[in-house]
Amino acid sequence: MRINCPLCGTRDRREFYYYGAEDYLDRPAPEAPAQAWDDYLHNRDNPAGVTRDLWYHDLGCSSWLVVTRNTVTHEILAVEAVADRKGGAA
Amino acid sequence: MRLEGKGLVDRGAPVSFTFDGRSYMGFAGDTLASALLANDVRLVGRSFKYHRPRGILTAGSEEPNALVEVVEGNQQTPNVRATVQEVFDGLVARSQNRFPSLSFDVMGVNDLLSPFFSAGFYYKTFMWPRPFWEKLYEPLIRRAAGLGRLSGRHDEAQYEKAWAFCDVLVIGSGPAGLMAALTAAQAGADVILAEEDARMGGRLLSENCRVDGQPGADWAEAVLDELRGMPNVRLMARTTVTGAYDDGTFGALERVGLHRAPAPHLPRECFWRIVAGQAVLAAGALERAVGFPDNDRPGIMLASAVRSYLHRYGVVAGQRVAVLANNDGARATARDLMAAGVKVVGILDTRPDASAVEDCPVYLNAQVTGTAGRTGLRSVSFRHAGGAAVLEVDLLAVSGGWNPTVHLTCHMNGRPLWREDIAAFVPSPGAVPRLTAAGACNGAFSTAGCLREGRDAALVALAALGRAASDVALPVAEDAPYAITPFWETPGVEGRQWLDFANDVTTKDVKLSAQENFRSVEHMKRYTTQGMAPDQGKNSNVAALAVLADATGRGIPQTGTTTFRPPFVPTSIAAMGAGGRGAGFAPQRFLTSDQASRDRGAPMIEAGLWYRPSYFPKPGEATWLESCNREVLMVRESVGVADVSTLGKIDIQGRDAARFLDLVYTNTFSTLPVGRVRYGLMLREDGHVLDDGTTARLGEQHYLMTTTTAAAGLVMRHLDFVHQAFCADWDVRFVSVTEGWAQFAVAGPKARELLATLLGEVPALPFMGVADVALGSVKGRLFRISFSGEEGYEIAVPTRHGEALFRDLLARAETMGGGPYGMEALNVLRIEKGFITHAEIHGRTTAFDIGMEKMVSAKKDCIGKAAAARPGMVGPEREQLVGLKATGAMTAGAHLFVPGERVHRETDQGYVTSVCWSPVMGAHLALGFLKNGRARHGERVRVVDHLRKIDVVAEVCDPVFHDREGVKLRA
Repeated sequence: MRINCPLCGTRDRREFYYYGAEDYLDRPAPEAPAQAWDDYLHNRDNPAGVTRDLWYHDLGCSSWLVVTRNTVTHEILAVEAVADRKGGAA
Repeated sequence: MRLEGKGLVDRGAPVSFTFDGRSYMGFAGDTLASALLANDVRLVGRSFKYHRPRGILTAGSEEPNALVEVVEGNQQTPNVRATVQEVFDGLVARSQNRFPSLSFDVMGVNDLLSPFFSAGFYYKTFMWPRPFWEKLYEPLIRRAAGLGRLSGRHDEAQYEKAWAFCDVLVIGSGPAGLMAALTAAQAGADVILAEEDARMGGRLLSENCRVDGQPGADWAEAVLDELRGMPNVRLMARTTVTGAYDDGTFGALERVGLHRAPAPHLPRECFWRIVAGQAVLAAGALERAVGFPDNDRPGIMLASAVRSYLHRYGVVAGQRVAVLANNDGARATARDLMAAGVKVVGILDTRPDASAVEDCPVYLNAQVTGTAGRTGLRSVSFRHAGGAAVLEVDLLAVSGGWNPTVHLTCHMNGRPLWREDIAAFVPSPGAVPRLTAAGACNGAFSTAGCLREGRDAALVALAALGRAASDVALPVAEDAPYAITPFWETPGVEGRQWLDFANDVTTKDVKLSAQENFRSVEHMKRYTTQGMAPDQGKNSNVAALAVLADATGRGIPQTGTTTFRPPFVPTSIAAMGAGGRGAGFAPQRFLTSDQASRDRGAPMIEAGLWYRPSYFPKPGEATWLESCNREVLMVRESVGVADVSTLGKIDIQGRDAARFLDLVYTNTFSTLPVGRVRYGLMLREDGHVLDDGTTARLGEQHYLMTTTTAAAGLVMRHLDFVHQAFCADWDVRFVSVTEGWAQFAVAGPKARELLATLLGEVPALPFMGVADVALGSVKGRLFRISFSGEEGYEIAVPTRHGEALFRDLLARAETMGGGPYGMEALNVLRIEKGFITHAEIHGRTTAFDIGMEKMVSAKKDCIGKAAAARPGMVGPEREQLVGLKATGAMTAGAHLFVPGERVHRETDQGYVTSVCWSPVMGAHLALGFLKNGRARHGERVRVVDHLRKIDVVAEVCDPVFHDREGVKLRA
């Protein structure tokens, strides 16, 4: 498996650390109800098909990446830097 | 027997080798198999289960019979295929799975008992009585069965692994592969041509064929010469592509040193990971055998292998030869042998309607009914259209048609497709993305077809790469159609017809499997073990499932194939794990003080990847505890020096640096004055403690964060995530400077005095202060922080000065009655002071649990704050950090119970995380977690560890045992 890092180019997956679903980017407000935090921390879909998850270019540029990939075919459809997303202020 | 003037071996380079203790001669370019055949050695092994005498069946890596042990000094490598092993001067090989000798093997009795050993025998027989399996049956079966033996010693040989990258990977160097490589290379693409064999050319080296008017081998050599001259081409011989993986990644095994005598620094093998933009699979095809009674005798060989030994090695494996075939292609074997002057006594063609016109007798509608010759073929009995006959032969060349080598196309879940016209499976197109199959592995069996498909596959690859195609002319070659009528087994005859030679599976076993309702091909495989030997069914899979299809009344496509998985050939673990043995298993990180510590006899202990001194023994100290006790008292009473450089150090700068730290730490850092240090607590987003450490403010927009040794990488990743995910627009940047600084703790009542001798004047630092200092021309930093509970400093200098400073500090300390202290003493000091490590913040503890809930600022948000307030995360039901004091030893991992209550998981009150003997308190101390522990100081608990036979009563107390008011810290 190879991930096309926006900064470093296409690299073997051994250079990357896998974290989890893209959901981790949608941090609830501090005062959000417990259910919102529970969903954010624990509840995940497990799709057979297209999924978006977070990878860290550990042995590269230290970028956090959103990788869109297909869990059935192993195709990687898109790779974006987390920092380049719009509107991610805490 | 070797023929004069035939073959491609180097007659000017004779080599001497031994097999089963006897010396033989071969030539450079020989395999062990060809050299043995040249010396008329036909019996080379015993079969797995029945110990049947076996000879060489093939001339390639798919060989099921000729598995030998190669011996090098005190090492031995089992199950080496004699058809792959090249001979060299001094090669020592021996046959396996026989006792006492190859020609007389006592386990051959298994063959006589075979009526009892049919498929499923073990499952049915050795199930009962159950305890007998482990003690009796399994050891007996293991001794009787099996192939080669391991030496039982460490494999000290060298292996390598490597990466390679290319535009086009061409797998196989026969006519298709050569044309693909040439076409791609001439268009300017970076090409890797990988070939399993020692010599490139594929079947062109083994056939009497012509390409563009020249002998095939000469044409191949001319193309290879051209490729060798191109800087964008890399030729990798002796390299088997073993697996196809995602995104154009391939595994490949190169035999670097297996074909020559071992030498220092010569690796045996290299495991490659090849990343290719496009790939052309030109892996060729494997000939298959035919089922007839006793079709496994030495002297029965695939027809294509007979041609390989003739044309490639100048060897004929017999004097009187017959050919058994169901296709036209095998006729070449008879013609080539006759042209070489070898007696061919007949062609047995299983087809009733084939041509009978040859320069030797041809028997149509022929079926072999039996063979004779215990350790080597003597005669073949058969029936045919005109009756029945017996031929005296010592070599029977067999061809049941060809199986395209589709394996790699199945590695990513692709299923091959059945083609009725060639009675074989071919790759399903697109089974591996960016890979195109060409030539015989794609079902094109003529030389012209291979050349054309090879070129076309390269054009597909070039187009996908966006490269202009080169204009490569197609050479002229034979284009005969492939005429075959399937023939899998001989009907209506007695005797065993072998399918899987390596695992001793017969057509009867497959039928028995179907009869016992193991009708799925996957069930049949497991019931009979067909296809589970080192050849992974390369010789037998298609025939076995044809027999199964017949037995179950289904067609072959409906029966389907088992799954081909990587690796394509047996691959040594040593090659895949190259470099990972012993010290290579994990990187080692050494402190600048490493040599100085070892000079003092300190045993080193692993801390993550780091090596840290455990303690510094002095003469007369018999145990580690004596040294540790002395070091603890030394720090408490005078001064000790310890290397603390392993702690993670992260330099954080920017206008928003303070704001960022407020977000990642529970407590506030924006209010920290410049020149001061603060202890900080970091949570995971789920509310549990991630890490702790001190952070210094070096400037208005400049902080230096310290992490624990264990979590340095974790914290860096966490900071990167928080920054990039939640506040990427903030002006803050950070970098790890752990490797940049050597930092030493100087702790004890005489710490300041020691530093004064070094620095001249010690800056008047308050507790938790930081200042720049100068050591001559070297700029360093001095922190007044303590992990021991004594007045303590940490002095940091650029790494290159670390060793000199450490040695200097020790020398100064020793004149004052102080000295170095190691990890054991450091641990005692921090337990006495109630300081936590990752033994306590182990991932399941909250700020509340460790008594630091007040450090979670109410005035601001921080990572983990919301989750830390969830129900269940605070309250008396939580296990809370406590100190434990006892007169007997306790253990980390022991559990806590109320004295007098039953010791049971339901009455469990908590557990112990850290323990020590405190020479200061004269007691055993521990840190641990106890339900509602903070309200229970003064109570007694029972500390139980069944595994280490610990059962003592301890007093629950505050976790800070030493200097609770911190007077000494602030001295």
